[in-house]
Amino acid sequence: MTTTENLNKSNAAEIISAGTSEGGQELQLRADMSHKAVLRESGAVLRMSESQVASLADTQSEDQTMIINMGPQHPSTHGVLRLMLELKGETVLRCKPVIGYLHTGMEKTGESLTFMQGGTNVTRMDYASPLNNELVFSMATEKLLGIDQEIPERAVWIRMMLSELNRISSHLLFMATNGMDIGAVSMMLYGFREREEVLRFFQKVTGLRMNHNFIRPGGVAADLPAGWRDEVLGLLDALPQRLAEYEILMTGQPIWRERLQGVGVITRDEAIALSATGPILRSTGLAWDLRRDMPYLRYSEVEFDVIVGSYGDAFDRYSIRLNEIRESMRIVRQILDRMPQGDYRIQDKKVTPPPRGRIDESMEALIHHFKIFTEGFKVPEGEAYVAIESPRGEIGCYIASDGSATPYRMHVRAPSFVNIQTMPLMMHGGLIADAVAVISSVDPVLGEVDR
Amino acid sequence: MSQTNSHTADDVRFVSKTDYLKTLTSLRSEGFEMCADLTAVDFLTHPGRTIAPEVATQISLERFELVVNLLSLSQRRRVRLRVQLSESDPSIDSAFDLYPGTEAMEREVYDMFGITFTGHPDLTRILMPEDWVGFPLRKDYSQGSIPVQFKGAAS
Repeated sequence: MTTTENLNKSNAAEIISAGTSEGGQELQLRADMSHKAVLRESGAVLRMSESQVASLADTQSEDQTMIINMGPQHPSTHGVLRLMLELKGETVLRCKPVIGYLHTGMEKTGESLTFMQGGTNVTRMDYASPLNNELVFSMATEKLLGIDQEIPERAVWIRMMLSELNRISSHLLFMATNGMDIGAVSMMLYGFREREEVLRFFQKVTGLRMNHNFIRPGGVAADLPAGWRDEVLGLLDALPQRLAEYEILMTGQPIWRERLQGVGVITRDEAIALSATGPILRSTGLAWDLRRDMPYLRYSEVEFDVIVGSYGDAFDRYSIRLNEIRESMRIVRQILDRMPQGDYRIQDKKVTPPPRGRIDESMEALIHHFKIFTEGFKVPEGEAYVAIESPRGEIGCYIASDGSATPYRMHVRAPSFVNIQTMPLMMHGGLIADAVAVISSVDPVLGEVDR
Repeated sequence: MSQTNSHTADDVRFVSKTDYLKTLTSLRSEGFEMCADLTAVDFLTHPGRTIAPEVATQISLERFELVVNLLSLSQRRRVRLRVQLSESDPSIDSAFDLYPGTEAMEREVYDMFGITFTGHPDLTRILMPEDWVGFPLRKDYSQGSIPVQFKGAAS
């Protein structure tokens, strides 16, 4: 506390040169602010209008409150998230997330990579669900190319299967980290153990455990390897009893319920106003899932339920993710039954490279291969926004093309970046110990927040 | 002025800077409850972008373009607004009062493009350090040509 306080009280020149200070991005002390400034900042922090804030304006004098730093290196901040909390005793009055510690300018980098190379960039944003990032980038590119209806059936179903398996692995990671944050440390081991099984399958298919760059404009990079069906069936058979173990370990436990029920409550109107999507929005009882409400790929042809909560608290968000694992497994089983034969990428030589075997015998194939890997392919001028349901909510990709082989502007609407705005509201009036449960239940991936 | 982009079948509308808040208000009452995304594009090196001819005669293309994606949960549809902002005065009203979820998005656009939002409660940099010079996603801010700025380092 003392460090922050001293920094805030020192003069402006010192703040700029001080080690970790972020100046105006930080939560300011009430004593240093005018009454109006307090109202404006509370409005920004709590995302309320000034009149609403004024009605709950705290009357206590500033010597009863203190500002403490949580993070950026706190173990439960899921990366390098820094929260500045104003406390009165143990109660959180204001909270402000300070982000940007992982900012590496990925949107700027995307402007100098071709559409062919772009997948390697976007897959590193949300590193817990890389395949969904690749999928949305590929779909936006295909929309600009005008080939979004021509992707071969097998490629579409492979994409769907990988997307759902990725949802499972991402939610398993949530189970692990959420358990660890709340104090169920053994859950951390179980969650990571099961996630590893899924990642092992990804490694067989894509060659890598993470950052796959497997879903590419035009289809996927390679066909599924021999024996893939047995691998997936092995996963689907092993997971249900593991999930049943989680239920015994966590769901029914009084301590677990005490820590989560009624913590971090958000209402439906607040979630919509703050643009929150994914499990946060569904925990308020609103059944909004882009897979069902704005179907993409072939989600309109498979059966699954959209899981909703009723209280909008951290326990609802935990249960939603646990049950979404089961729904994803249900979808994967239907995909196994229906996986068609055929090409795994579009046979358009201007977009996808020719098969390796053709290069030795066909001059044309060699030329196409050379052109695609040196220059990439040109995408018609225009702009497009595509959104899909990632494990964390709506992930969108906005691309503006100037007709060249690189995007003129590539923007990713990151669900974690937007969802993080709900934290101050959820934490307001709660205990500092519950702040950890709130961070965990939002399930942010900081690589995606900062990009 | 609206245009359905036949190429991508998206509902795209061009809105002037002065009509921006008015349009948002009416769209919100039409059922677009959520602002899904707000971002910007700097058209410095690509000024002559193609847009539908009937729209092109009515608006003047500027350097910056604010792109707002609204989402209607009740009607399951999207609309995209494109607002032209001039190089000499890159500022626009904040949508914060209508859509509080734009708070972080507008800060990001300010941080990356230097577009200011009038009425935003806390317009500070969000991703870059507070004392950073320049706006990284502008097209005249080139990659790799600027010395890395370290805070507090002896210069």
